[in-house]
Amino acid sequence: MARYLISRTLQILLTLFAFICIVFFIVNAQPGDISNVYAMNPELPPDARERLQNQFGLNEPLWKQFLVYVRNVLTGSFGVSFSFYPRTVADVIMERLPRTVALFFTATVFSFYLGFLLGKIIAWRRGGWTEYATTIGGVTLYTVFTPWFALMMIWLFAFKAGWFPIGKFLDPVLWREAPIDANTLFGRMMLTALVLSIVVFVVFIITTRLRIAGARLIQLGSIVASIAVMFGVWRLTGHGKYAWDIVNHMVLPVLTLTLISFAGTMLLTRNSMLETMREDFVLAARAKGLPEKAVRDKHVARNALLPVVTSLVFSLAFAVDGGVIIESVFSWPGMGQTLVSAAITEDLPLAVGAFVFVGIFVLLAHLAVDVIYVFLDPRIRY
Amino acid sequence: MAVDVAPQSTAPSLRKVRLTLAMRSLRENWSLFLGTRIGIIGLVIILFYLLLAVAHPILMNTVWDERIYDPVVGYAFDETRQPAPPSRSHLLGTDPLGRDVLSQLMHSARTEFLLGLLAAVVTVTIGTTVGAIAAYYGGIIDTILMRFADLMVMMPGISILIVLSALIGVEHLELALIIGILSGFGGASILLKSQALSVVVKPYIEAARAAGGGPFHIIFIHIVPNLLPLSFLYMMFTVTGAIFSEAILSFLGLLDVRMSWGLMIHTTEAAGYLLQVGAYWWLIFPASLSITLLCTSFYLVGRAMDEIVNPRLRRQ
Repeated sequence: MARYLISRTLQILLTLFAFICIVFFIVNAQPGDISNVYAMNPELPPDARERLQNQFGLNEPLWKQFLVYVRNVLTGSFGVSFSFYPRTVADVIMERLPRTVALFFTATVFSFYLGFLLGKIIAWRRGGWTEYATTIGGVTLYTVFTPWFALMMIWLFAFKAGWFPIGKFLDPVLWREAPIDANTLFGRMMLTALVLSIVVFVVFIITTRLRIAGARLIQLGSIVASIAVMFGVWRLTGHGKYAWDIVNHMVLPVLTLTLISFAGTMLLTRNSMLETMREDFVLAARAKGLPEKAVRDKHVARNALLPVVTSLVFSLAFAVDGGVIIESVFSWPGMGQTLVSAAITEDLPLAVGAFVFVGIFVLLAHLAVDVIYVFLDPRIRY
Repeated sequence: MAVDVAPQSTAPSLRKVRLTLAMRSLRENWSLFLGTRIGIIGLVIILFYLLLAVAHPILMNTVWDERIYDPVVGYAFDETRQPAPPSRSHLLGTDPLGRDVLSQLMHSARTEFLLGLLAAVVTVTIGTTVGAIAAYYGGIIDTILMRFADLMVMMPGISILIVLSALIGVEHLELALIIGILSGFGGASILLKSQALSVVVKPYIEAARAAGGGPFHIIFIHIVPNLLPLSFLYMMFTVTGAIFSEAILSFLGLLDVRMSWGLMIHTTEAAGYLLQVGAYWWLIFPASLSITLLCTSFYLVGRAMDEIVNPRLRRQ
């Protein structure tokens, strides 16, 4: 295993380098540079534009720029962002990344849960009307024209019903006198969510391993208790109001994203279930006289989990990319918006940096999948 | 979906046998396709839009006056206020610039089909060739091609298209080629290679090699035809992806196109009618629903074909 991991890490580094090369040259292969933004500005004389190009090293040959870029990647700064000068790309991305991750991780987890649940059911009822209706409904949502659907959601739930805010990350009026800045608070919120999920996960693992009676009750109790403790702690800090505001802004995008993407998991689960259902052990389980629900959930679904987990890990990695569309429709200041504005303002280092970040996460996901496989499928050995 | 390919021969009786076999497999697959139901729904929607696309030039040449009904430069002189609600002369009303919405819708249907088809054909041609070559040669060629495919899969699709179209001018043709190349060297070649691996070990490949067939002959006459069902299936999903990407990009106003469904919504947004869903429904719903329905229908057809092509999904 260790040897395998080392060789995989080396491969990943090599792939990452190739990826950086491709992205850098694709993005830089276009005409013009940051000074184009000022080309129409009569206030800016031509020599000032030239100075700008000189400062950013844009008149150097491309291969020299590339070497500089590689050095910047190795030092971890990813270069200087032109439009956020003098902040580095890594700095800008580190500010945007948590917001995107929070939104898309939550939505991905929800949609996989929902998709797996529905996938199990429609695989079991193959050929029935439940299956056709769910499949067609799911596929329609999956391939829906996303901006339109998001706008309909906003129109319905925010505009007409007025349950949720229309967009943005927080309510500026509320935050005017806030004692804490949004990024710090958001970091703490993420920490809370992390601690909460770790606690619940550990409780689940322990209760299932111990096989004690009433495991369900303990699990439920622990979830309720930890959520209560979380509310209490936030209450005490006095920042609960602001945290709630951010959560409130997250509901509608998460709901939209979940609805859009659950069908992918659902159909994947269905196919994987159908393939597993042909195995002999399913017949054996039925022959033992197990109830259908037990066969479905304990025998088929568990064995059909492998491709679903793979897809989950990759979706989590691609969540870093952020949905450009969802983020722009909901005005969510995350990676997707950063990428688009970087492309439009010709802030090439930021655009390349955003892609490279996605690449790093996807490669890490590759590694994670390999490791997870060993735990999920005891037949796999490295 | 004939996949039975015997060694090349010109004997007429053999050709007849092959034709009968092909017809039989086609009929079998068609009845399987009918059995999936979701495929039929998809096919009906596709045919409906195909009809719209075909009807547009005919209508333009016969009933519709070009000055009023041209999808790009027309102007509805017969309406006093733009955008005008649906009326008898304009079944879906007019847009904020006074152009007939139905005409735009039908005109765009044709470009969407062409775009989707071109992207799909490019994807599948590249994917099938790369997959077959990688599976046939193996070794270093396989490694290089597959690592390259991994790189392509790593590219965040929509984001890279947005960045590219923001940085360089992209039209429908270029867009189709970019999508085709990205997914052809990426996902398509990985999928088709895994299928080709099970083809190259078949005895008839061995036989073809023993009979003195060169690599080119074996790859394109013996391996590729056996990959066609799967590549055809993959085409459907590529069409969905291509139409969807085009809609997103032109909705964001990043494509240099004259008319498309995404651009219709972009016009609506630019004129500020986007959130007036109830009052100006004809500006928002026809185009958005068309994108959704056409994407959905190709996806459904793809799913239905998956049930036929994938032996492990067949009913016992």
